[in-house]
Amino acid sequence: MKIRSAGALAVAAVTTLALGACSAGSLGSSDDKGGKVTLSLLVDNGQDTVKLGEQLAKDFAAKNPDITIKVETRPAGAEGDNLIKTRLSTGDMTDVFMYNSGSLFQAIAPEKNLVPLDDQAFAGQLDDKFKSTVTAGGKLYGAPWGGFFSGAILYNRAVYAKLNLQVPKTWDDFMANNAKIKAAGIDPVIQTYQDTWTSQLFVLGDFHNVLAADPDFPTKYTNNQAKYATTPAALAGFQHLQQVHDAGYLNKDFAAAKLDDGLKELADGKGAHYPILSPVISQLIANNPGHGGDIGLFPIPGDNAATNGLTVWAPAGVYIPTSTTGAKLDAAKKFLAFVASPEGCASQAAATTPTGPFAVKGCTLPADVTQVAKDMQPYIDSPTGSSLALEFLSPIKGPALEQITVEVGSGIRKAADGAALYDQDVKKQAQQLGLQGW
Amino acid sequence: MATTTIHQRSRPASASATTPRKRRHSPYPYWFYLPAAAIYGVLFLIPTVLSFYFSLTRWSIFDSKFIGFDNYVTFFQEPALVSGLVHTLVYAVLTSGLKVVLGMLLAILLTSQIVARGYLRSVVFFPVLVSTIGVGLTFTVLMNPERGLINQALDTIGIAGPGWLTDPRYALLSVALVDVWKGVGLATLIYIAGIVSIPAEYLEAARVDGASPWHVFRRIILPLARPATVTVIILSLIGGLRSFDLIWAMTRGGPGFTSDVIASVIYKQYQAGFYGLSTAGNVVLFLVVTAIVLPLSRFLNRKEVEL
Repeated sequence: MKIRSAGALAVAAVTTLALGACSAGSLGSSDDKGGKVTLSLLVDNGQDTVKLGEQLAKDFAAKNPDITIKVETRPAGAEGDNLIKTRLSTGDMTDVFMYNSGSLFQAIAPEKNLVPLDDQAFAGQLDDKFKSTVTAGGKLYGAPWGGFFSGAILYNRAVYAKLNLQVPKTWDDFMANNAKIKAAGIDPVIQTYQDTWTSQLFVLGDFHNVLAADPDFPTKYTNNQAKYATTPAALAGFQHLQQVHDAGYLNKDFAAAKLDDGLKELADGKGAHYPILSPVISQLIANNPGHGGDIGLFPIPGDNAATNGLTVWAPAGVYIPTSTTGAKLDAAKKFLAFVASPEGCASQAAATTPTGPFAVKGCTLPADVTQVAKDMQPYIDSPTGSSLALEFLSPIKGPALEQITVEVGSGIRKAADGAALYDQDVKKQAQQLGLQGW
Repeated sequence: MATTTIHQRSRPASASATTPRKRRHSPYPYWFYLPAAAIYGVLFLIPTVLSFYFSLTRWSIFDSKFIGFDNYVTFFQEPALVSGLVHTLVYAVLTSGLKVVLGMLLAILLTSQIVARGYLRSVVFFPVLVSTIGVGLTFTVLMNPERGLINQALDTIGIAGPGWLTDPRYALLSVALVDVWKGVGLATLIYIAGIVSIPAEYLEAARVDGASPWHVFRRIILPLARPATVTVIILSLIGGLRSFDLIWAMTRGGPGFTSDVIASVIYKQYQAGFYGLSTAGNVVLFLVVTAIVLPLSRFLNRKEVEL
């Protein structure tokens, strides 16, 4: 008797919860009578991402008056990863959502949580490199959000012109430039550790150099045969981070600064180099109008000038969770087809300033691209000029890298120690993913 | 904790007054307890038992795999954990100690005959009412090394303030001080209640005997406010051991791992999708808090009975 009433109460409680979830999820949703559908689209709260989402929603609605798209935002970084995973696991995800491709995409168990898109017409139109980053278990799950971009050093061309410097091809050249910049009273390297993700670029953006030294690194790394701490080329990224700190090349407020502060410092010419992801140029131009032409880009230099090249990130993806069904699912697929079409590319190019090629066949960049995009192009055109970042070649990316790089970059921890700590972090992630050999 | 204290003291008296060794008959029929028991079971008992199970699994978004004690092994190998444990203890002891001392001093001030006593009492209590996250964000702005009000103020009198939250040496201490600022109101309130409840006869008797103010404080107020001290220590120690929100709002455990406490280490594991691992961490936190607070509470309460 007791058990039964407890059970009944539990059932009642669960039903109430479920009903609550239902009504929350269907707020302002489909109205079947008029054939009108409202889709919710979750994007991260980056200035550009929101702009991109809203422009896409607007242009798509103009073409499909029956479908309205509401853009919702979430935090970026680790907090956003957590939110995505939680919402997916509780079946409470928005109808369509934008999220990283590559290793983070692999970590949300696509085969269980996402709707496969191989049968869609646009699947054939996607760039193969991109496709590989949103494919799991042989099935395609995403459409590209924005274009390819790079993790490299944005530099102030006015500072370079004034001090008569050349774009460095090796790390030693880079450090020599830094010494001259420092002597001129300008901060050579900008770091912004309040936005912890920005601290990772010397490591992640150095991957073209790692691959140049050892083309098999991604496979060995995934199979637990290669480590950051014991592979000299991979360790170099951590060492570079320590070197720029130890040499006193960082901006004074590196520990308290945020991305926007760093962009402003770069735009104003108070800092010369900012290792960062190239799409932030669009934010730099929006916040500091008139400075776009001053800012150029070069790859993070390695030891060898001959293999100098760019580390490239694949676009993020737009995905449909399995919780989207019926009329909404059809509408969501339509939206993805729009995103992955030349019209969608045009819409995205109108919203932000693209810095790299789109991942859809038939899409072209607008003629008035930024200097950053112009500087990237030769590397992308050259067959050996660029490599995808490690997170697109291996499913494992340790979640604590940004804290570790902050420590190494602030002089709290030595490079070798940081790399070893990161190897442990990687091990945890590999075990969580259930990979063989860990 | 306060209720426990009272309960333990009153029990022997009531037990001897009524028939000993025989439980008093409950005025309610058993079914009366069912709703509360069901809610308690569903919302507290089952999750607690389940968490012990899930701490033994590798738990991803949808499935979990039983892996024995691997999570505990991983958790204890976590380099951030050892420093996190130390930080937690430092934080808990520091905030708890300062709250006891400052709370006692403020309470003595606020029970004296000063003007606007009621107003001043509420002013001390205001920070307790403000949302922790709000306090954290406000102080993050105030403590900015370059543009923050605190360092600008120090600058005008010629002191170069440190990077309160960005210097690894000070980050944890800065957060602890903000915690004290926010929490001392509650400690003061408990002490005020404790001091006010001391019978005036003792104070009068002391005065007649010619006791100095220091003696009154040392021999009367301090020992007789002991229940308040016990409550403040236990409450603030538990609060300090499991503190998370203020630290997360102000430093996110940073720079790097230098202000990580157990709770933020656990949260980071959860954030990274290591659900089994973070559950194991919570079990560890539960055991640590119990291991520290249970003996402490016993010890402090026993002393009180002896008085």
